[in-house]
Amino acid sequence: MEKECADLDALKERARQFRKEILEMIAEAGSGHPGGSLSAVEILISLYFCKMRHRPDDPTWSLRDRFIMSKGHASPALYVTLANRGYFPKEELKTFRKLGSRLQGHVHVGVPGVELSTGSLGQGLSVANGIALGAKMRKAGFKVYCLLGDGEIQEGQVWEAAMTAPHHRLDNICAILDYNKVQENGPVAAIKGEEPLGDKWRSFGWHVVEVDGHNFEELLRALDEFSKVEGKPTFIIAHTVKGKGVSFMEGQAAWHGKAPSREQLRQALEELGFKE
Amino acid sequence: MWEMKATRDAFGEALVELGKENRKVVVVSGDLEDATRAEHFKKKFPDRFFNLGISEQDLLGTCVGLSLEGFIPFATSFAVFLTNRAYGILRISVCYNKRNVKLIGSHAGLTVGEDGATAQCLEDFAITRVLPNIVVICPVDAIETKKATRRIAEICGPVYMRLGRAPYPVITKESDPFEIGKASVMREGGDLTIIGCGLMVSESLKAAETLAREKVEAKVVNMHTIKPIDEKMIIRSAKETGAIVTAEEHQINGGLGGAVAEVLVRNCPVPQRMVAVHDTFGESGDPEGLLRKYHLKDVDIVEAARDVLRRKS
Repeated sequence: MEKECADLDALKERARQFRKEILEMIAEAGSGHPGGSLSAVEILISLYFCKMRHRPDDPTWSLRDRFIMSKGHASPALYVTLANRGYFPKEELKTFRKLGSRLQGHVHVGVPGVELSTGSLGQGLSVANGIALGAKMRKAGFKVYCLLGDGEIQEGQVWEAAMTAPHHRLDNICAILDYNKVQENGPVAAIKGEEPLGDKWRSFGWHVVEVDGHNFEELLRALDEFSKVEGKPTFIIAHTVKGKGVSFMEGQAAWHGKAPSREQLRQALEELGFKE
Repeated sequence: MWEMKATRDAFGEALVELGKENRKVVVVSGDLEDATRAEHFKKKFPDRFFNLGISEQDLLGTCVGLSLEGFIPFATSFAVFLTNRAYGILRISVCYNKRNVKLIGSHAGLTVGEDGATAQCLEDFAITRVLPNIVVICPVDAIETKKATRRIAEICGPVYMRLGRAPYPVITKESDPFEIGKASVMREGGDLTIIGCGLMVSESLKAAETLAREKVEAKVVNMHTIKPIDEKMIIRSAKETGAIVTAEEHQINGGLGGAVAEVLVRNCPVPQRMVAVHDTFGESGDPEGLLRKYHLKDVDIVEAARDVLRRKS
């Protein structure tokens, strides 16, 4: 694991592979959210393969770092990450969204490795705060990570939680924003603009780091920085591209929640370097 | 005739007792701990108390997080704010995730009084009981509240408990059993059954006295658990007495009356009248004046009883 994280090419190769699996599982299901799943790949790999302390064979290990996927619709990204990390068999990925499958359409606690069922946006950060608060009470040293979407932070509850973490000096929590700048019906800036985003979170009392969300070096450095900040929570603004890796999906609101057709899948995989 | 004590006061005391016995209990407020009496716990166990400010969604979500770390969080606020403002969080983060969070909604019903309509929660039963995985309790008096507070900490899963602001008559005894999901019979009778909850049970007992003078014997049931409702008690009462009156400090749609009607229609349809607020918001006023104006008094229960008796034949 350590070795892989020093090898940026290995990480990039893993990301390429994950994009393939995400697209395949959404295509097989006939529905899902490719745009926001593809934008989160490097973030999740950085967490699950490099930074987080956890045990795939012991998902409830009490000292594990916790991860809350508040943007629950990007479940394909998390499921692919967890499967590859050994939490459950990869064969299960093709059962995504099918009746009787553990792999519910939105992140679900029935999947090994998942802490909280999400899908109604804006709820995860409060829960992450509660875990962090509990950890402080127990004097437990694990970290709590929470991945948010940029459409999601239009929900008021997010800002309630954003006030809570600094107030209670929760320096054990790191919120990461998958800032792909596009939501379901258009650019975030056109619907409910959020800039100046860094200023907002800084003024709320968070330590703010901005990175290229597809650059492993920057992501890993930011996560390192988080572990050194004392007295305040950390907010990582990861600048990403919705639908990253597939030219006809990149930056497109239309690909927020639509499955590719067989032909579109073939094209997408070809672009990613996977020939049939 | 009866001693009077507010269920919120009993809750405040019970919470402290619980806190002494169970170190996993933590209490979270939405800046209303003085009114809900959660402040007693705050004073005694400041390290286990958090006021998250006027942010009910954040309050509930944070409690979910605390429950994930093995604590038993009591989320406290007014019923109207906790259930209404944070409903989506209750639905998904609490109920869908089956988290061990106890929602305590104080100041429910019209008897909040002078604060008026925005504070008078009249729909909490309807919106909470419809959610899967939740237990909904309305303790009848101070004594029952203490038992309920302890009991809900022992069961695992989401709970909503409703409390009132004004003093309620103390109509039960320490020695009376309390079991979630099992209604208690407060008075036996064969002519009809009055099923009430909360403050309305004492009004039901007063109504039964009036009816007795007219040679009508009413059975009075304290349905302290709205969900899971005591179906057996409802069906048995319907079969034995043939007529039901329900009474609650709640809207007429979807509350105790609706829950009882659902059981009757599925099993044993009998005439039923619902004493409740008739699909209107409340208003400012003294608690007693409000109960009279909105027809939540013993006289209204008596009138409803006479009506179902007429329809019985």
